[in-house]
Amino acid sequence: MKKTDRWIFLVLICLIAVFPWLAQNIGAISHYVELMIFAGMFSLVCLGLSLLMGYAGQISMAQAAFFGIGAYSSGILTAHFGWNPWLAMPVGASTAAAVAWLVGIPALRLKGHYLAMATLGFGVIVHIIFNEEVDWTGGPSGMVDIPGLSIAGWKITSEMQWYYLVWGVVLVVLLFSFHLLHSRVGRALRAIHEEEVAAEAMGVPTFRYKVQIFIFGAVTAAIAGSLYTHYVTFLSPSSFNLMWSIRFVLMVMAGGMQSLWGALLGTVLLTFVGNEWLQVFADFEVVVYGAILLVVALFLPQGLISLFHRAPGARHNPVSPASDEG
Amino acid sequence: MPGSEKKSILPILELRDVRMNFGGVAALKGILHGVPEGIIQAVIGPNGAGKTTLFHCISGLLRPTSGSILFQGQEISGFVPHRIARLGISRTFQHVALFKSMTVLENVMLGRHPRTRSGFWATGFRLPGMRREERRIRESAESYLELVGLKEISHLQAGTLPLGKQKILEIARALATEPRLLLLDEPAGGLNMRETEVLGDLIQRICKYGTTVVLVEHDMNLVMDISDQILVLHYGEFLASGSPRQIKDNPAVIEAYLGES
Repeated sequence: MKKTDRWIFLVLICLIAVFPWLAQNIGAISHYVELMIFAGMFSLVCLGLSLLMGYAGQISMAQAAFFGIGAYSSGILTAHFGWNPWLAMPVGASTAAAVAWLVGIPALRLKGHYLAMATLGFGVIVHIIFNEEVDWTGGPSGMVDIPGLSIAGWKITSEMQWYYLVWGVVLVVLLFSFHLLHSRVGRALRAIHEEEVAAEAMGVPTFRYKVQIFIFGAVTAAIAGSLYTHYVTFLSPSSFNLMWSIRFVLMVMAGGMQSLWGALLGTVLLTFVGNEWLQVFADFEVVVYGAILLVVALFLPQGLISLFHRAPGARHNPVSPASDEG
Repeated sequence: MPGSEKKSILPILELRDVRMNFGGVAALKGILHGVPEGIIQAVIGPNGAGKTTLFHCISGLLRPTSGSILFQGQEISGFVPHRIARLGISRTFQHVALFKSMTVLENVMLGRHPRTRSGFWATGFRLPGMRREERRIRESAESYLELVGLKEISHLQAGTLPLGKQKILEIARALATEPRLLLLDEPAGGLNMRETEVLGDLIQRICKYGTTVVLVEHDMNLVMDISDQILVLHYGEFLASGSPRQIKDNPAVIEAYLGES
């Protein structure tokens, strides 16, 4: 990580740590903690998507499907088979990884709109499976009897505990992603985005990297899905439909495609916009999202995070400089 | 610099009847040629002669329709480009293909890719081996930048450099992969006289360090100055091959190429 990123990371940890305390002392926003739990889960999805989309330049309209694969794997294994949730979670993540591998190998040969359509189609299929496999998923009426989480016999019950668990996982994934980006692998991903042919000619196995990062995105989404399952203890297919895939893409784009900070910012912001600040527009949600997308695309092509880059002396290039040693 | 004592007998690159058809159009009509190790080989010919197509075939971006390409005695036609790069062939592009938003240094560091190995988990968890390797990547990238004279601007974004520097940077990136064979596609295109001179000097140094260079180039002064051997293509066909002097005096070449321009 470069120096500024390291500082932002530390500030972020502090913010995350004190936020629930602040929120609970201000009556009007005490329920923000719950929203932040969801924002954290979505952040996991969006961090993976940011690496895939913003850095490697490969779009995926199927992140909700991977989110759902994690969620339903955890749900089915714990509710139907009585597995320990902590055992079900890696199984869910592995399932998502295997599916991503199978889907990625043909789909990632495509580019641009074609890749978007292929992943979109896959997402729709998965959603149909969640809906139709009633014996396993409960179908449209949903799935119940999902246990909560506990660590070493201690049940995670309060929102506070959930909040810190989820954001702890987010911080780990964030750190992992930063390290990945400032390395041989990260350079390869960005090279693929910018000049795929040149990257290949310089010895980068471009296709393998695309599949790898696609799988990584699927795994972070699946982990988020597992957490989601045990937090809400109820699953319904509508939480994993195309609209959610679009929301995830939009969160990353709104925040700033080529910045992990942007992905976090966009996710938190849009979670609040969608569930709190613009609830009056609930029926016109699609319109609101469309408007946000339009404004960002027209005026802030680098995303909301670029507002901070305008600060004097700040670099426009989000992950660049050579001085990232350490 | 050109001298016959540098030439060894075994060709590092052998083209055996390489043909490339695009639909009904034959871009290469059976090229037969050997490039001895340690020389500077120029490939010239009017536009549309098939020079860049030939480069694409050697570097694996195109799979020849028929014929074979041997690198150090090994058949490589049909290999994917990154495998060919790993074997020791690197290249630059006619239209500069740098990673523009990355820094000069990062571009060259990317070139170290086929000679390094830290994977997904090692880099994500920042394991000690990876940190050591990352340091080595940076150091060797810096040394390549020093070699080509771009060390002072290593922190700049590649896309902001003037064309001449971008072309040099592409060579540094290619060198970082430690090629035995370096393909330069019109390295002097768009350069002024002074820059071309520096470039010619650099190419000769690269060759002296033991890398065989094949260059496609339209700048005849540069070609005649630095190459040991010249291959002339004309509409995808072999027209002539020989030393700069022989090519200069070859009537077929004069008619097909030099006469025209």
